[in-house]
Amino acid sequence: MIKFSLSVALAFGLGLGAIMSLIMGLVPGGSILNGPNKTTDSFITVASTTSTQNSGLFDHILPKFKATSGISVRVVAVGTGAAIRLAQAGDADVLLVHHQASEEKFVADGFAAKRYPLMHNDFLIVGPASDPADIKGMADSAAALSKIATAKAAFTSRGDESGTHKRERGLWASAGVDPTAYSGAWYRETGSGMGTTLNTSAAMGAYTLSDRGTWLSFANKQNMIALVEGDPRLRNDYGVLLVSETKHPHVKTRLGQIFIDWLLSENGKAAINGYKIKRQALFHTAA
Amino acid sequence: MDVIWQATLASFSMLMTLDDRLIEVILLSLRVSLTALVIASLIGLPIAACLAFTRFPGRKIILVSFNAMMGLPPVVVGLVVYLLLSRSGPFGVFNLLFTPTAMIIAQVVLVTPIIVSLCRESLESMRREYHDALRSLGATPAQAISVLVWDGRFTLATAHLAGFGRAIAEVGAVMIVGGNIDHVTRVMTTTIALEASKGDLVVALGLGVVLVLLSLTINFLVYGVRSLGEAKVAS
Amino acid sequence: MTGASPLPLRLESVGLSRSGKNVLKDVTTTFAVDPPKTVIIGPNGAGKSLLLQVCHGLISADTGIVDWATPQNARALSRAQAMVFQRPILFRRSAVANLILALKIAGFAKSEWRDRADGALERTGLSRHAATPARSLSFGEQQRLALARALVVEPKVLFLDEPTASLDPAAAHLVESLIDEAATSGVKIIMISHDLNQTRRLADEIIFMHRGRIKERAPADQFFTRPENDLAQAFINGELLWRRRRSIFDGALVDDETCSSEDFNKS
Repeated sequence: MIKFSLSVALAFGLGLGAIMSLIMGLVPGGSILNGPNKTTDSFITVASTTSTQNSGLFDHILPKFKATSGISVRVVAVGTGAAIRLAQAGDADVLLVHHQASEEKFVADGFAAKRYPLMHNDFLIVGPASDPADIKGMADSAAALSKIATAKAAFTSRGDESGTHKRERGLWASAGVDPTAYSGAWYRETGSGMGTTLNTSAAMGAYTLSDRGTWLSFANKQNMIALVEGDPRLRNDYGVLLVSETKHPHVKTRLGQIFIDWLLSENGKAAINGYKIKRQALFHTAA
Repeated sequence: MDVIWQATLASFSMLMTLDDRLIEVILLSLRVSLTALVIASLIGLPIAACLAFTRFPGRKIILVSFNAMMGLPPVVVGLVVYLLLSRSGPFGVFNLLFTPTAMIIAQVVLVTPIIVSLCRESLESMRREYHDALRSLGATPAQAISVLVWDGRFTLATAHLAGFGRAIAEVGAVMIVGGNIDHVTRVMTTTIALEASKGDLVVALGLGVVLVLLSLTINFLVYGVRSLGEAKVAS
Repeated sequence: MTGASPLPLRLESVGLSRSGKNVLKDVTTTFAVDPPKTVIIGPNGAGKSLLLQVCHGLISADTGIVDWATPQNARALSRAQAMVFQRPILFRRSAVANLILALKIAGFAKSEWRDRADGALERTGLSRHAATPARSLSFGEQQRLALARALVVEPKVLFLDEPTASLDPAAAHLVESLIDEAATSGVKIIMISHDLNQTRRLADEIIFMHRGRIKERAPADQFFTRPENDLAQAFINGELLWRRRRSIFDGALVDDETCSSEDFNKS
């Protein structure tokens, strides 16, 4: 009985499978095992941050790199913490993130030979135009955070171990406030990417720390405005690292190095500096 | 309300213009989810048949487990598949992470329990009903099963639709194991998530409307075939 | 089309229990080609349906022997008999497709399916419903189709389990005449009936069952005029047996004749 059940059900499944494969056959590039880009065998995987992806930087520079090198770059955009974990597991060839201390630890742990400083932009504190904590125009970002804490004004935090989150925690430490004590009250940890956190802030009329790139390209600002910017402590440095071949022999070091070299070349810099939203450059490379 | 209206308009203009990016994303969604459905069916139907037609110790436990697995959170499935396919995981050497194949694997895990549970349910109730008649006619087990599968084909098809619906609509698993890489693993749901996180709510919702329309079309097609068939056969 | 009839069917000391209760007890009897129509009667819970299912091979007896005269292989044996249930079990297909499936399972040549099916539909007056989904036929038509499906494979023995129980008188009459025709054409009829008038009309011989045992077996006219068993007498007088017993013993029911409402409800 079992044998019969198996064979008949199998035959039924196979018949269905045949019909489905017919449908599949109509789909261009319908091979199951490879991505649509299967002709381009040369690709690298870059673990990076939501801030670089959401800002649109990759959409701007990657086609230029592809045109000169023929190499496709597959970007997996997650928080800095998650990106570093991906790279440590050997699931990416290149790491492009923005938390210098973590990057240096990544090198110290032997996952990369060195950190290449790539570019920078800055963070800014954004919030509702009504500005209940009255921080608009302040030059000291830590002082601004203390005022928000004193006013118990709503503040959304990434809460996801991303580069932005780590920077935010550093600023709270400078301000001498432990906001996690108020988690769930006026301090709200979204545990999400920058864009989602900005959506949440806009909906709740909350302050938050954002990188400039995501902020400028963010389309759902509603009545939010930039309130505190220009503090040297708000500088946001991006580094790029090639995952170590000794840790993960399968890593595509040659292609990865070509990508990094291009980023650091005059052409790469020009591409990065040339990415603008509303005539404003989002990222600046070192001179 | 304004956003929803704009999104509806946006979805129509997307469908009217059908730009290459949109087509690419739709086709990848269909390819991943349909392939996952076929594989889940190949795995699930024989299991469903065994559970429906045989009695063995531990059967109840397997049955309940499959029922429970229908509610597996996609994110959890995504994480487990990620850990398995990661270069540091047991199947890392196959280099499947961040490919459509990885997404198919995750969706197979999500869909198979639905196929098993719903098809088992259908086959078993059909069997209860037909059993005496088939025995009386002297049907061999193979004949009996082919009658049950054929006469139950509409409910079996509905079970497959439910599985497909789960696959095409889920975002948690494909996001983790696919990585939402442009032109490689970006499907409709991950695009929606990305556009929403960029604050492009209109585009995100517009894509959502396209996804719903797609789903509706497929369901109507199956419903059409089904009612055509049932007009002939009735149930 | 098949060879010789597998009859007589011999049952020897057949016993069957369900959930710890003996529902068939020491049943020993023989069904021969003659007389053509045997009707089994008896109150609810007498074991009539189970006996029929044991004979037909749907369930196997726990003890005793069920033995067909002609030693045949299982396939030939199952082809030589058919059964019609109280509630017709029809497949989710058209009327004609139901018949064709039966022919296919019975192993008839594909070239014969259509003609045989059409012939059976015609004999049961269902020709114009050939393409109708079986399950959208009226109840009476469904039962006639079930009968057509049973007869289309040309069985030697036809088992019927209260085939007219849920039909209105007109539909029941149609079914009865079909049964009669089948018997005339040489099919042995073994049928359960709840309806004494129907039994009078159809039966050549009668088996009376009570609580899992055959209490009396007699030619129809003799049974109705001079029943030997007092229970059978009470039954044909229209008295429900469990009620009679209760009044006799004033509720103090004993031994294997003990009955309960659960027993009564069992069909």
